[in-house]
Amino acid sequence: MRNQGVIGWLLVLPAAALLALFTHWPVLGTIWASFHATSRGGRPAPWVGLENYQVMVADEVFWRSLWNNVWYSLGTIPVSVTLALVMALWVNSAMKGRTWLRVAFFTPTILPMIAVANIWLFFYTPQYGLLEKVTTSLGFPTHNWLGTESTALACVMVVAIWKDAGFFMIFYLAALQSIPPSLAEAAALEGAPRATYLRRIVLPLLMPTTLFVLVNAVINSFRLVDHIVVMTRGGPNNATSLLLFHIYQVGFSFWDTGYAAALTVVLLAILAALAIGQFVFLDKRVHYQ
Amino acid sequence: MTTRPHVLRALAAGLACLAASAAAETEISFYYPVAVGGPITKIVDQMAADFEKENPGIKVKPVYAGTYQETVVKAITAHKAGTPPATAVILSTDMFTLIDEDAIVPFDTFAKSAEDKKWMASFYPAFMANSRTGGKTWGIPFQRSTIVLYWNKELFKEAGLDPDKGPATWKEMLADAEKLTKRDASGNVTRWGVQIPSSGFPYWLFQGLTTTNGVELMNEAGNETYFDKPAVVEALQYWVDLGRKHKVMAPGVIEWGTTPKDFFEKKIAMMWTTTGNLTNVKKNAKFDFGVAMLPANKRRGSPTGGGNFYIFKKATKEQQEASFKFAKWMTTPERAAQWGMDTGYVAVRPDAWQTPKMQAYVKDFPVAAVARDQLQYSVAELSTHENQRVTKALNDGLQAALTGAKAPAQAMKDAQAEASRILRAYRH
Amino acid sequence: MSRLYEPAGGWRALETGAAWLLGALWILPLAYAVWTAFHPAAYSARFDLSAPLTLENFRRAWEAAPFARYFANSFALVTMVLASQFVLCTLAAYAFARFEFPGKEVAFVLVLVQLMIMPDVLIVENYRTMWRLGILDSIPAIGLPYVASAFGIFLLRQTFKTVPRELDEAARVEGAGPVAVLLKVYVPLARPVYLAYGLVSVSYHWNNFLWPLIITNSVGSRPVTVGLQVFSSGDQGIDWSIITAATLMTSGPLLVGFLLFQRQFVQSFMRAGIR
Repeated sequence: MRNQGVIGWLLVLPAAALLALFTHWPVLGTIWASFHATSRGGRPAPWVGLENYQVMVADEVFWRSLWNNVWYSLGTIPVSVTLALVMALWVNSAMKGRTWLRVAFFTPTILPMIAVANIWLFFYTPQYGLLEKVTTSLGFPTHNWLGTESTALACVMVVAIWKDAGFFMIFYLAALQSIPPSLAEAAALEGAPRATYLRRIVLPLLMPTTLFVLVNAVINSFRLVDHIVVMTRGGPNNATSLLLFHIYQVGFSFWDTGYAAALTVVLLAILAALAIGQFVFLDKRVHYQ
Repeated sequence: MTTRPHVLRALAAGLACLAASAAAETEISFYYPVAVGGPITKIVDQMAADFEKENPGIKVKPVYAGTYQETVVKAITAHKAGTPPATAVILSTDMFTLIDEDAIVPFDTFAKSAEDKKWMASFYPAFMANSRTGGKTWGIPFQRSTIVLYWNKELFKEAGLDPDKGPATWKEMLADAEKLTKRDASGNVTRWGVQIPSSGFPYWLFQGLTTTNGVELMNEAGNETYFDKPAVVEALQYWVDLGRKHKVMAPGVIEWGTTPKDFFEKKIAMMWTTTGNLTNVKKNAKFDFGVAMLPANKRRGSPTGGGNFYIFKKATKEQQEASFKFAKWMTTPERAAQWGMDTGYVAVRPDAWQTPKMQAYVKDFPVAAVARDQLQYSVAELSTHENQRVTKALNDGLQAALTGAKAPAQAMKDAQAEASRILRAYRH
Repeated sequence: MSRLYEPAGGWRALETGAAWLLGALWILPLAYAVWTAFHPAAYSARFDLSAPLTLENFRRAWEAAPFARYFANSFALVTMVLASQFVLCTLAAYAFARFEFPGKEVAFVLVLVQLMIMPDVLIVENYRTMWRLGILDSIPAIGLPYVASAFGIFLLRQTFKTVPRELDEAARVEGAGPVAVLLKVYVPLARPVYLAYGLVSVSYHWNNFLWPLIITNSVGSRPVTVGLQVFSSGDQGIDWSIITAATLMTSGPLLVGFLLFQRQFVQSFMRAGIR
């Protein structure tokens, strides 16, 4: 059908135009800028080739942020996705008080991060913070959670898990609701136990959602830094500096736009590689109708 | 045929009218941050309205622009797109950044009359140290502060110390802190003697230690730093020892934002923080408290802090002139005094402290004058070219030393090496 | 979902207990916000049941910025963004799910690129674009970069792909054009997805902060979060009483909305699920 092509493009066009204007065009601008020095005082920026990328290799804060980000992703993604699934199963069942559970699990999506990060800051405050009230009553010595290099990153990871799991739960819940009850009836007729039903029927049917959630979890772990800004500003001694936070500092505190552009390109390359990898790897295991 | 010229004439007249009204009315947008509590946006709106009443022909559009950091981001983003505000209040330390971005013009350009020049000379010299470079004045002090020491009189009494006398020297502060630190039966600390916060911008509080140790961190041209001088390392050693050796301060990095609350909760007996906290402490401390200048070692002293007025280069000539007028109007002695009382910042000029209202305020609340009295010893806040980058090098070094990741001497040596590398391009 | 595979016996008690524990942990920040917002500042770190109640924090928060106007703006913003997103994403997703056109694969990858882009990094460029369009300091300027949402397109495409082709063909046989088929067959079946996506979009734009702050200047176009930021007073440290009061005030509408509609919200999933 010839006019299929025409209609297809007409349907895509409005979205494509806006995407081009507000995403692709600025991204191309960013890539272009990454090969230039930073322009100061309105003078045109000279072409420097790969110099910004060479600077990056020697930039200790960049490497520290990158490693922090790797640990942060490895720590937050599996936990938040698993919790999201478990939460969805629970609030989808006939459990007592599930209305309240829904509200509880849903709060992270409602409360703005810039405000909630301040509340978490209180939870972690030494001596009279909520966490300290619990640990000291159990007899542990007081600890400066956010002010110690060894625990600060773990603390901000907990905040991210809290935020993400509640958010991803919604997608799992939507997916669970669309599983036809006939499947459960059929499984019950065959006498399959609950674990088998969940593993052999529910999980495979949730695969497209899992793929979607995973891609989002990876992206979120690289792009949500509001809580870092409020809680630690990357400290102590860059222990909680994540890649985007570093980019934000270079770009909007140091105003080194050329170098910030180069860092952005690297971040985009990492995300693109991860996303494509996930699609290729998982698409084989995802079955659409 | 006859209607046409009429239409054209009417149109021309209309355009002329528009042009005339545009010439008669200059609109200036004014970006400002909010860094203290209270209905600040309402106060600023009111001030702008009052200014318009007294200056027909000028319209001021105050724009709340977030925190200090968000304000400078917003202003420079707008500058880069070619639509900057006419004037803004931004950190005094961002002066070199704004100059390097070619975003601002010096105030000297607009000071024509003797009265204008007198106004520019009317501020405390300590505040002007961060407002001038290369013989030009780029910023006018508006909401400025210094660091002072707050102490809890009740806890002093409890520890057998004179509640009316804060520590005057480093030695005294350490000795007092040792008496004030309280431990429970199992040796866990339930109250720390002293607290110097170190999150976010530790360099500023560190300057309280380096200044009192008789050393400056940078030169006036903003292209050299002295982080590895022995006196600087010594100051850092003192800070680190408070937490690690003497155990009178919490170890590790201490959050700035929770420090006042720690003080209200009596989890700390003394704290270092901005004078801008005075109103906050007055309102929330359920005990008697004292305010003292920072304890001296080789001398007294503190860095200044806070925001200045700047005028932007890409604004029109008329807008710049109007901004100059506005800045002048906002910093008259009466308004400087009122702003200081409303916010807790230090009124920026000596004659503001002579106004009857301010004198009554100080009489009623004498600690408000401590910051003023400290000004004669105060020095410029750390500010260089590539300011935030150089500052970060120092901040990282300080946090590394405080968390025990590096020895003070090593941390300062690394910070200095990094700062020299960054500033190389600005030393000709 | 069927009630067949509910946990049973001791296992059920165990799971309920675990769920409640997790729920308690998750609601802790909100619970703390409620406690602190309704008590005087002295009790923001002390949980004493005899503490006096107060609305003072709300009064102070409400007075610190023109919140009534900000609420109106936020409401206009999320409505506008959501409506445009639904239209644009539905059209694009329909094309990607059911049409063959040259360059489709490339176009889809180009859409996915937006999933990974942090608008926060593109601020300077996007600001310049808005300035060229002459719409700085307006509500459309806040929403426009988000209207063509890769997230929405991807989500709807997945759903449209699961719609049986027979339904599509049956409608076509009856003489419906492509748009009619979209409206009659696909959109109704994707209702739960629209709901989930709408929820996410609304909460994202209701809570978005940095871009609205940069792109707007006047009370007439700013959303509630910009007002909320007035309370993060950097110099003075954190005043939890007023921050929590302001947080509850600004997210109140979302919270109440969810409480009221969560049943319908989940039920609409069900109805669509059983189909």
